[in-house]
Amino acid sequence: MSSKPPIISIEGVTKRFGDHAAVDDVSLTINEGEFFALLGPSGCGKTTLLRMLAGFETPTEGTIRIDGKDTDGVPPNRRPVNMVFQSYAVFPHMSVADNVAYGLKIDGVAKAERDRRVEEALALVQLEGFGGRMPDQMSGGQRQRVALARALAKRPRVLLLDEPLSALDAKLREAMRFELASLQHKVGITFVMVTHDQDEALALATRCAVMERGRLIQLATPSDLYEFPNSRFVADFIGTVNMVEGTLKTDNPTEAIIATKELGDVYIDHAVLGNEGATLYLALRPEKISLFRRDGVVPPKLEDCPEGYNVVAGVIDHIAYLGSESVFKVILTNGRQMLVIRPNLTRWDQEDFVEEQPVWLSWHACAPAVLAG
Amino acid sequence: MSRPADDDGVLAAEIADAQLGPAEVSAAVATARPRRNSAGPLDYLQRWPLRLWLVIVGLFLYVPLITLMAFSFNDSKRNIVWRGFTTDWYVKALTDSSLLEAFGNSLSIAALSTIVSVILGALAAVALWRFDFRGKAAFEGAMAMPIVIPEICMGVAMLVFFARIMPWPQDLIWPFNLGPIVIAHISFSFPFVAVVVRARLASFDRSQEEAARDLGATDAQAFRDVLIPHLKPSLIAGALLAFTLSLDDFVITFFTAGPDTITFPVKVYSMVRFSVTPEVNAASTLLIVLTVLLTVVALRFQNPKEVAGA
Ligand SMILES: Nc1ncnc2c1ncn2[C@@H]1O[C@H](COP(=O)(O)OP(=O)(O)OP(=O)(O)O)[C@@H](O)[C@H]1O
Ligand SMILES: [Mg+2]
Repeated sequence: MSSKPPIISIEGVTKRFGDHAAVDDVSLTINEGEFFALLGPSGCGKTTLLRMLAGFETPTEGTIRIDGKDTDGVPPNRRPVNMVFQSYAVFPHMSVADNVAYGLKIDGVAKAERDRRVEEALALVQLEGFGGRMPDQMSGGQRQRVALARALAKRPRVLLLDEPLSALDAKLREAMRFELASLQHKVGITFVMVTHDQDEALALATRCAVMERGRLIQLATPSDLYEFPNSRFVADFIGTVNMVEGTLKTDNPTEAIIATKELGDVYIDHAVLGNEGATLYLALRPEKISLFRRDGVVPPKLEDCPEGYNVVAGVIDHIAYLGSESVFKVILTNGRQMLVIRPNLTRWDQEDFVEEQPVWLSWHACAPAVLAG
Repeated sequence: MSRPADDDGVLAAEIADAQLGPAEVSAAVATARPRRNSAGPLDYLQRWPLRLWLVIVGLFLYVPLITLMAFSFNDSKRNIVWRGFTTDWYVKALTDSSLLEAFGNSLSIAALSTIVSVILGALAAVALWRFDFRGKAAFEGAMAMPIVIPEICMGVAMLVFFARIMPWPQDLIWPFNLGPIVIAHISFSFPFVAVVVRARLASFDRSQEEAARDLGATDAQAFRDVLIPHLKPSLIAGALLAFTLSLDDFVITFFTAGPDTITFPVKVYSMVRFSVTPEVNAASTLLIVLTVLLTVVALRFQNPKEVAGA
């Protein structure tokens, strides 16, 4: 699509602290204007990778190019990137305006131009008129905006954000999430954000890199990560999933059957391209399973669906009513527990099922993600 | 038929809720802050037994000082009975040229040793905090030595040092004639500065320094713009400590002072050996007033908010 070179390219980067590889042979590129998220559990090396981009750590191996230029030996103050720190790191002894002006002052921007850009940056984060305040007169959310404005005032090519929303409470976090997205839209700068909150990553990012123990596991758009995970780790980490182990029984270009202990033979409507008898895993999202009352032993009629639905029997063990949806814990006849999510599309939907009720669980042949490892 | 209308109402309210504007967000945060109420269970200073105790402690500390000050105005050669008010002793003290010279010496020594102690102490503290090097623990221990070594030993050590190892030439012009005393005072006051600065460094958020670097500052600029302002209260406190330590030091100074480099405490000591006249009281009162003034000025310099925050 774009002929422009990537703004950031990370090639075979490894960072070791002693024997421990915090970042292990990571290669990826980030395009201009992207909202890129680094996602992974605590300690997987996200911050370390971000700090290498900012210049606070040096890669043990590999190269990082920013805007086509090798960053080896370039100190943090000479990189066209700016960072928003997890603790915000707002200078407590400077007013809000002085904080935002700091980077410009260092660069020798003339006073008039500097004042104009400070105003502009404060307006971007909706802090007009707060310039004279001291940071300790600001709330946590406002301090974070100061940190954002301070970084944006420098007009960097790339803005790095380390868990920018993690110190805010849930409601504010959600509000800021939208603001961050619209801010990125407005300024058009490439954002690289570290987070361990998958909702945040899915909601904001154009592309996500999922890391585990220093390694890059999958790099994809949020919807691809959710719908087409490449491993059990990603399927598990992003959202909730019912994971079922099985072996490949038949495999041909248009369909496959996977034999499982817990769900019986599961019918898949595409080729799996594996060796027969190989161990495979089915990742089945709770909202992709449908529930039907089971009054007799006859499986439900599924006339609105094409052929190829899988059906198993179970009993509802517990219902969690969450307003917009209900989560059902269903125990199958063989004892296996499955999670099912059902949206409450009308105001009476929650009355359809009660606990202890026998049900059929059913899912389409294309619903499960088939994973090799 | 009323139900669909109902639905719409609820939906509109939900949408309005979801679009939380920035003004409302900050308002929510502002009101979420806890308020301090008048007397909590831990405000024990508001109960009378503790207040009484506070008054007793205050009396114990200040009565001797107040007596000293009061008797400086006593119209008698003795310090024992009150005979009436006079300011003659102040006139006498302020015209006593040897006392004035001693006082001037003390102030010069305190000023010089304070400047050097603050620089040395702060740099030592930053070095210990910032860098890992071989023998760091040993260095740290050695630096704290002057704090724990008995003063008398320091005094004798200095005497021997300046007599044998590095004899200081006599009859130098001011301030070089004060050299040995200044050096001695630096050696015992800079560790105190280092301790105070070190304590303050512990509360420094390293990411502030990194933020400055990230915004384009060099290491030196980040040091000047971020670390020094953070350390400012401790630098002032350290300077104050060094200044008062130097001003009232007797033992070490006694061993390092030459015949023409008498300091105020040493002078007072020699005066007291003859007789305790209210002139000594007057001179001491002036010194007390000076130190109190200095303290007030120094505290003014420290922004109380900065000390409380961070
Ligand atoms: N300066 C350092 N010295 C030694 N080990 C370090 C250093 N910095 C990070 N590590 C180690 O590297 C690993 C990755 O750390 P990193 O901070 O990048 O994790 P993270 O993904 O950001 O985690 P979190 O979500 O908890 O912030 C951790 O095991 C950590 O202990
Ligand atoms: Mg981190």
